[in-house]
Amino acid sequence: MLLAVDGLTVRYGPVEAVRSATLHVEQGETVALIGPNGAGKTTFLSAVVGLLSPTTGSVAFDGREITGMRTESIVRLGIGLVPEHRRLFRNLTVRENLEIAAPGRDGEEEDRERLLERFPILRERSDQLAGYLSGGEAQQLAVARALVARPRLLLLDEPSLGLAPLIVDEVFRLIGELREQGTTILLVEQNAYHALEVADRAYVMRTGELEGGGPADALLDEQELLRAYLGGGL
Amino acid sequence: METGQQILNAISLGGIYALLALGLAIVFSILHLINFAHGELITLPAYAMYGMYLLGLPWVAFAAISILVGVVAALAMERIAFRPVRDASPATLLLTSLGLSIIIQSLLQMLISPRERAVPQPDWLLDSFEVAGLRVQAVQLLAIGVTIVSLVALTLIMQRTRMGIAMRAAAEDFDATRLMGISANRVIALAFAISGLLASLAAILLLARRGTVHPSMGLLPVLKAFVATVLGGFGSLAGAAVGGFLLGFLEVALRAWLPQDVAGFTEGILFAIVGFLLFLRPNGLFGRAEVVRA
Repeated sequence: MLLAVDGLTVRYGPVEAVRSATLHVEQGETVALIGPNGAGKTTFLSAVVGLLSPTTGSVAFDGREITGMRTESIVRLGIGLVPEHRRLFRNLTVRENLEIAAPGRDGEEEDRERLLERFPILRERSDQLAGYLSGGEAQQLAVARALVARPRLLLLDEPSLGLAPLIVDEVFRLIGELREQGTTILLVEQNAYHALEVADRAYVMRTGELEGGGPADALLDEQELLRAYLGGGL
Repeated sequence: METGQQILNAISLGGIYALLALGLAIVFSILHLINFAHGELITLPAYAMYGMYLLGLPWVAFAAISILVGVVAALAMERIAFRPVRDASPATLLLTSLGLSIIIQSLLQMLISPRERAVPQPDWLLDSFEVAGLRVQAVQLLAIGVTIVSLVALTLIMQRTRMGIAMRAAAEDFDATRLMGISANRVIALAFAISGLLASLAAILLLARRGTVHPSMGLLPVLKAFVATVLGGFGSLAGAAVGGFLLGFLEVALRAWLPQDVAGFTEGILFAIVGFLLFLRPNGLFGRAEVVRA
């Protein structure tokens, strides 16, 4: 098991934003975590990478307990997070955004070069400020920035949020490619339909509670059933 | 002739304010801390120079050791006083810095003296000579030279080095910087080290101008540096430097033109002018209105 989250509870004051959430991701898997806005998905991810401290529960990465570790140390162990809203450094150039990622690792120059091969638009715009990128370009940079560190687990938080439908398709194509290459992915999405299509397994989060964990296909069928009968999904 | 003299004076004074303002701005941009104890980063190196003088060491040794004291003091402040309250509210950080400032001043009063102590400066530093028809004091040239070198070096660090880029990133989004695997402690410590270095350079130059040390000697310069930072747009490094020079020019101009009997109000008039400028541009000359992320 690459990532094992056990009974994670995160509180904001008296509010339990995440309640006793248990989830695991196997090496090479793509796992979707779907659920409506405000369900606690981003809070859950923030607790996994140590930006928030959980009240109870534990997080283990590759068999090693990482609960309570500093975010930067967790990231250096091999977890990459593409945060919600991307959070690029808008006043830094595209190149600088890539340069500061993953400092002091062997072969990082070549990796950065490979990423620019893969995202040619980023090479073209390398001297522009990241704040001036279009939505699709910004999402490519956000993913590339996380990949510089060669994460063994990639966490994607709402990568399709705020993007035009065509660009959303592009982003999911990219996720599909990463998956083909064997990247382990935990994908958090409101866009359930798209997410279930690329995922092996899926969890559903509603008001802080996590359920499911079965094959994504089954949920997808359920989704289609819901869509057919009720005219809407999750 | 007279004007040229005043401009020279304004640049050398403005440079000192710029060094101090940059130190305040670099820490603020990352931690959102207005470090009131920044004044003590002038006072402590100045007292270190006083100590060196008592020991009979040469001026160059004074200067080198005071820089070391400034950097170490800044790092110690961060480690001992600010790190434990880093995640607290900005008000808590502000009060912590205020308390720290009072503690250091009181210690200097108790352990050394509440009174001013003379630190004679070497003759060559205060000698003046003629350049292009202007009477120039060595300390003025030193101030201008130190300021230029510091500004160029800081620009190179911020633009070209990885830690510099990381500091700019941290100023924009601290958590996202940590998500890049960059150590928060290192970025913050570096910001403090730079602010201590710049403050100790300013201390050397200020001491050469005033020739004495006093436990609260850092207060007025830091107040002015704070005003310079606000004037430039808080958090903007270029703004802090420009604000510092602008304040130096305003102060020297007021000193030169104000009639004798209101000269005592120079500072008051200076701050009133800055207040008016901020009324015209509330975010400072280089400040941007806070942008809300979509």
